[in-house]
Amino acid sequence: MPTLPLVVNGRDFSLEVDPQTSLLTVLRDHLDLTGSKYGCGEGVCGACTVLIDGKAQRSCITRVGSVWPKTITTIEGLTSGEQLHPVQQAFLDESAMQCAYCTSGMIMSAVSLLNANHNPTERQIIDFMDGNVCRCGTYPRIVSAIQRAAKVMAGSPVAREASR
Amino acid sequence: MNEKPQAAIVLDPERYELSAEPLYHFDVDRREFFKLLGAGVLVYSALNRAVTQESGGAGHSWGDSLPKEIDTWLHMGENGRVIVYTGKVEVGQNIRTSLSQAVAEELHIAIDKIEMVMGDTQLTPFDMGTFGSRTTPTMNLQLRKVAAAARDLLVGLAAAQWQADRTRLVAADGRVGDPQTKRSVEYAALVKGQQLAASIPFDDPLVSATDWKIAGQSVHKVNGRDFVTGKHRYPSDLKLPDMLHGKVLRPPSFGAALLSLDTQKAEQMGVTVVHDGNFVGVAAPSTPLAERALKSLHAEWKSERQPSHDELFQYLKKNPENGNDPTGDGDRFAVGNVDQALTSTDHKLQQTYSVSYIAHVPLEPRAALAKWEGDNLTVWTGTQRPFGVRGQLAEAFRMPEERVRVLMPDTGSGYGGKHTGETAIEAARLARAAKRPVKVVWTREEEFSWAYFRPAGVIDVTSAVHRDGTLTAWDFHNYNSGSAGIRTYYEIPNQRIVFHPTKSPLRQGSYRALAATANHFARESHMDEVAHSLKMDPLEFRLKNLKNERLRAVFEAAAKRFGWEKPKSEPEQGFGMGGGYEKLGNIATFVEVHADLKTGEVKVVRVVSAFECGAIVNPDNLRNQIEGSNVQGLGGALFEAIAFDNGKILNGRMSEYRVPRFSDTPVIETVLLDRKDLSSAGAGECPMIGLAPAIANAIFDATGVRLRSLPLIPNGLKAS
Repeated sequence: MPTLPLVVNGRDFSLEVDPQTSLLTVLRDHLDLTGSKYGCGEGVCGACTVLIDGKAQRSCITRVGSVWPKTITTIEGLTSGEQLHPVQQAFLDESAMQCAYCTSGMIMSAVSLLNANHNPTERQIIDFMDGNVCRCGTYPRIVSAIQRAAKVMAGSPVAREASR
Repeated sequence: MNEKPQAAIVLDPERYELSAEPLYHFDVDRREFFKLLGAGVLVYSALNRAVTQESGGAGHSWGDSLPKEIDTWLHMGENGRVIVYTGKVEVGQNIRTSLSQAVAEELHIAIDKIEMVMGDTQLTPFDMGTFGSRTTPTMNLQLRKVAAAARDLLVGLAAAQWQADRTRLVAADGRVGDPQTKRSVEYAALVKGQQLAASIPFDDPLVSATDWKIAGQSVHKVNGRDFVTGKHRYPSDLKLPDMLHGKVLRPPSFGAALLSLDTQKAEQMGVTVVHDGNFVGVAAPSTPLAERALKSLHAEWKSERQPSHDELFQYLKKNPENGNDPTGDGDRFAVGNVDQALTSTDHKLQQTYSVSYIAHVPLEPRAALAKWEGDNLTVWTGTQRPFGVRGQLAEAFRMPEERVRVLMPDTGSGYGGKHTGETAIEAARLARAAKRPVKVVWTREEEFSWAYFRPAGVIDVTSAVHRDGTLTAWDFHNYNSGSAGIRTYYEIPNQRIVFHPTKSPLRQGSYRALAATANHFARESHMDEVAHSLKMDPLEFRLKNLKNERLRAVFEAAAKRFGWEKPKSEPEQGFGMGGGYEKLGNIATFVEVHADLKTGEVKVVRVVSAFECGAIVNPDNLRNQIEGSNVQGLGGALFEAIAFDNGKILNGRMSEYRVPRFSDTPVIETVLLDRKDLSSAGAGECPMIGLAPAIANAIFDATGVRLRSLPLIPNGLKAS
């Protein structure tokens, strides 16, 4: 088995793993980073979403051997110390979750969107997020959370409580 | 224990779910008890009335006279931390939060001092399961009583300490205070060094909903931070040292019998292979190796010819099965003389409605981690019925339930789809053979094919109505889908309502709202059809035949918010409504669609739901449940259907089975009617039931096309 380099959440790893293995399996089973979830195994539900060089990718259909030297960020790498990323905080503030199994994938997709577009319209949010499934149906709250996070990241004031 | 508090606690056994099977058997060894929970204050319920009554008085020392069989509901330790035990489980309905609110309210303590232990068959009282919107009407009330008992105990402790009249003492903000002397003491200080137990009083006064301070508020998910950081471990995330990953060989079609099996290649891979009857599985140190081993198995199967979805509805009507539906309002209801009323009417309408099988698609598939220690089995699994799964495991392995422990970490949803313990049994079987812990997580394809579906059904409705819009007869026959919500809430003198159980080509079971979705779809669509045939306004027609005040209130509230009277702004616009009563809640749903016959496109533009479920425990979470019900309900209403042929699921992947997404989601407005004078009811199911008929009625309003089968437009709208 070849040794593969991998950069995850700012840490360098060297793994003995078949390069054909899915990135999701490596994250969950080898590195015990279980915040990224299995949902469909074919890249259509978004539960496994991670950032690769800052862009949202489905880790369940990404071969681990194809990633290096690009860097990976998972939900576990989003916080700095105790400080939540504004998107994480916005999901809490808007109660944008029920069972929350989709939440880490939603947050990673939203971060990717806001990295590329600091002030997305509602239509742009919906288009970008359409590959992420929330089976509990919290979509309207997730849209609100992303709008809230965009404002926070731009330094605009936001009401503490949801406006609903 | 020198002093005993003088709290006036009635020592009645609590009566929650007395019809259920016995509680766990706790052989009281005093030292074990202390070791398990530590010093402090304990609230329990007991089955053994005699022993409880003997103890008399109020709280008593644990060692003295604790009954043999008890359920521990609440423990407050010397640090003032409160642990609450409930057999209910968290699958996204946010009861970990709403139940914490209930305890905080009655105990007068900050919500962050409370920890809920949920769905652990060893630690929590027996519970039948988390389904049927029962948590709020039963467990919320139960835990309020539990917390009230603990509060009384604490007040009694303070009274004894101060030699004060307990009736003038006040519990608030985690302290007991004496307004006369201005003394006050923290709960933690009162509990220090105590070993007190009290049983749950049956009729302790509870805080009235009008005085709620913590209940009734929009409290965020109590452990929300663990979810947005990825820290929470769902069942599929769990790990143990030396754990193996299990995979199970599936037959090529439902009910296929195994004729022969060659395991030679797999065994050469150094994995555990189990062949036990029709069960064939492997366990390996990694998932990829387990998958390779599974692929290397060579099996021959014998399959029987089975029906396809094309013949489903004929099949259901032609294949009756004698049996009862345990989930609904009863199999048969009759009043008046329907046949006579139908023959003597000036206006009769007969129509048939149908619903397809649909899949729950919980985003976390079934998962379980099993570990044997000698003859004792522990399984962590995502299930709505941990005690039911304990029973299934005990039966499968022919062992007493006492040696099985099932734990349920907060799980990635269920929607009624996780009542069973398939992965628990599979993981336990493999773990027994491997002599190591084994985790089994189903793939999405397994979840689609080997779980169970919401029942399909056919519903025949025949009605009679006077020209003035008064309903006179209602003949309603549901084949297979179930009897939940089958009874009509409209005032009709002659009724015959029958549920006909049939054979089912696919494995079927519980689903959020059960058959209430199908029965309301048929009823509320039919009401719309009758109204149009009389050229009456559908709202006016409903209200003319409806006396139930709570239901009238939601219809009127939703109509007002929706703007039912407003004219349409374009020909493709359509308005429709549906509503009803289910699981102690009342819903009216009004829908605006944009339906274009030329292109076949239908877009649900706006949904207004008015909902009333008694006193509201958590308004924002209630809105969240109503919004979610509408989004999830959209799938079953518009496009979700299981395609199958000859024992195989044909669309058993998420790329082939469409679920609602961001782009499908309409504007959703909720109107909450807060009835503080009524007991709180659940909200996980009822808000869903009005949506499908409202959409069908709105599509008719826009296009004149009447759709009577769910899903309504799996392939777009076509002129019929």
